Amino acid sequence: MQEMANVYFYGKRYVVPADLTIMTAMEYAGYQLLRGCGCRHGFCGACATIYRIAGTNTLQSCLACQTQVQDGMYVATLPFFPTVKKLYEMEEIQPEEQIMMQLYPEIYACIGCNACTKSCSRQLGVMQYIAYAQRNELEKCAHESFDCVACGICSARCPAGISHPMVGMLARRLTGKYIQPETAHTRSKVESIRSGALDALITEMMTMPLDKMKEMYNSREIEK
Amino acid sequence: MLTTPMLDSIKKVEATRPQRVGFEPARMTAEEKDELLKEFHPDYKEAGFAVIGVGPNKGNKAPQELQELLHSNSIIHGADLDLNKVTYDVDVLIIGGGGAGMSAAIEAHMAGADAMIVTKLRIGDANSMMAEGGIQAADKDNDSPMQHYLDAFGGGHYAAKPELLRRLVMDGPGAIEWLNSLGVMFDKKPDGTMVTTHGGGTSRKRMHACADYTGAEITRVLRDEVQNLEIPVVEFTAVVELILDENGNAAGAVLMNMETGEYMIARAKTVIIATGGAGRLHYQGFPTSNHYGATADGLILAYRAGANLLYQDTIQYHPTGVAYPAQLFGALVTEKVRSIGAMLLNADGEPFIHPLETRDVACAAVIRECLARSKGVPTPTGQGVWLDTPLIEILHGKGHIEKSIPGMFRMYMNYDIDMREVPILIYPTFHYQNGGIEIEADGATGKIRNLYVAGEAVGGIHGRNRLMGNSMLDIIVFGRLCGQAAAKNPVSIGKLSLDHVDAYAQELKSAGIETGTRSPLLLPKYTRDVCRS
Repeated sequence: MQEMANVYFYGKRYVVPADLTIMTAMEYAGYQLLRGCGCRHGFCGACATIYRIAGTNTLQSCLACQTQVQDGMYVATLPFFPTVKKLYEMEEIQPEEQIMMQLYPEIYACIGCNACTKSCSRQLGVMQYIAYAQRNELEKCAHESFDCVACGICSARCPAGISHPMVGMLARRLTGKYIQPETAHTRSKVESIRSGALDALITEMMTMPLDKMKEMYNSREIEK
Repeated sequence: MLTTPMLDSIKKVEATRPQRVGFEPARMTAEEKDELLKEFHPDYKEAGFAVIGVGPNKGNKAPQELQELLHSNSIIHGADLDLNKVTYDVDVLIIGGGGAGMSAAIEAHMAGADAMIVTKLRIGDANSMMAEGGIQAADKDNDSPMQHYLDAFGGGHYAAKPELLRRLVMDGPGAIEWLNSLGVMFDKKPDGTMVTTHGGGTSRKRMHACADYTGAEITRVLRDEVQNLEIPVVEFTAVVELILDENGNAAGAVLMNMETGEYMIARAKTVIIATGGAGRLHYQGFPTSNHYGATADGLILAYRAGANLLYQDTIQYHPTGVAYPAQLFGALVTEKVRSIGAMLLNADGEPFIHPLETRDVACAAVIRECLARSKGVPTPTGQGVWLDTPLIEILHGKGHIEKSIPGMFRMYMNYDIDMREVPILIYPTFHYQNGGIEIEADGATGKIRNLYVAGEAVGGIHGRNRLMGNSMLDIIVFGRLCGQAAAKNPVSIGKLSLDHVDAYAQELKSAGIETGTRSPLLLPKYTRDVCRS
């Protein structure tokens, strides 16, 4: 006999197999998901969900595709949350002192309640990366926020109206473009390709007889 | 939460473990592999395929599920649509919001074109987001595009279209530089040198990575850039049919609001198909590592309009998808788990294959063990075989699992499965569509003017098999190429027409084909009957 659980989608009760995720339980119940469903493997943040277990006061949050149902679970999905995304030109902005103040000044209104961290579906130190952003420690903010899937639950819970995923996004792009060291070998390879110096060689590969190609492939030296 | 049969089988695994320490299963000979593949690899399973009865690839075989969609009439066949009522009028219409579509949109926009993305889910909901391993490019001093070409051509069983593969490898370093300039955080050494590693079939370490989030990092940066450039994105809106003009050139598409069902007409000088893969068609009943929208829509649209498919019958199944717990069914278990010592075992705890045979061979061996030898372990969703993860720490010492495969460890710990203590159950999963719509070196279909294709929807870049890290590269290279080409495309649009839809319907009718369904599929149907309590 399959173990079943009572779950409540938007307040309505369904009895579903207890080993399903919230997402597959909704499908089991008959929902053809049009929103709130993306990669189904925890990478994309499409299925932000809040829930409360009957009899408890704690409001919990998760990704619906990664979380098993529990008996007495009251579920509301959050398929979209209006975060604030500021526009900027990467070639013009710099990782300078005032950048966060210019683009996301609301981060300085953080009251330190830690609701963002407590609600994070990926268990990230969200308040910590916002603190790094406040201090313009962009590289630290970038690494601390790196696993963010931008589900938006933190922003939904923030009394200061901060759009945390967007702050992390800005810090990561500035880090990737300006703070991390430049890569000389990529540049020189691009230049050598653009100069046309490799054209004859690649054409030779393309027109090589198949048996010679097979021989080359099977005897190629593999870097250790 | 393991079932009793699983626990019983684990006892057998534990019993054989001591004698397996230091034991290496034999590698198969080339003949044995051929025989195994022919008998058990899904690509060789005749029953999984059917012959296409209409259109440019008439007489070729395709996976049954794809063939059925190709044999179905358009969603809009018979609908009364006013093509003069144009809701969106743009230079470049991009179908799909993954890495290829976004790269195309950015390049088209930068070249001065008026570009628009349409996606049936959210922008960024795509297989691009899920790529963990990395992106290949020959940008190191000991490497070259020619070496990259050799690896990819051989790995693809010498079937890649040379002009497409040339483009892939020659534009690789430029793609990395472009992504880096957009702010993608690649793993680098303090002096700026890219940290690169091997992937299956590479002869040089050219796999660039952003931790184990490469696809997610690249995709979210592209998404942020699309937003910065204020490129219009119409989300939760599917393309259900291409529109041609009276000359047979691509000239737009019929869109459908996924939530309201409303149809809208988009007129465009160029259309770029970037609709991705087909995992959610679950060929031969396989689970998939793909995202929710991977239903081969672009292949259906392009084919109905007259484009060719190429290698539509070759699929990459990853041998180690999660078989249990059900919540993770089909998710990838990275190859690294095997490379650090986990052995593949059947229900009796017996090794049945060398753990580091190639993906296709390992996949076929797992299937043989379950289906032909009845040595699989039953699960709620089917069956699986063991990956003996505790062996890893016997070989390398305590702590090695958490250190070397932390993502995998955490994924299982979420479900209270401690892979340090118990083995994990795996089964092959549908990972990648090797084939797709045939294109020429400039990204265009050739047969239908103004119609371009980029990303997983393309067939021919990789031949009949794709190397790890080459799909992340192809979405960037061909996405950019299509965007640039589209912006330069000097066309005038004739009168909009859906005559090809009627002609296709007529062809189906003449061939006596009637599936009773419509296509494209748009989303898989996972709902069950409402359970009543």
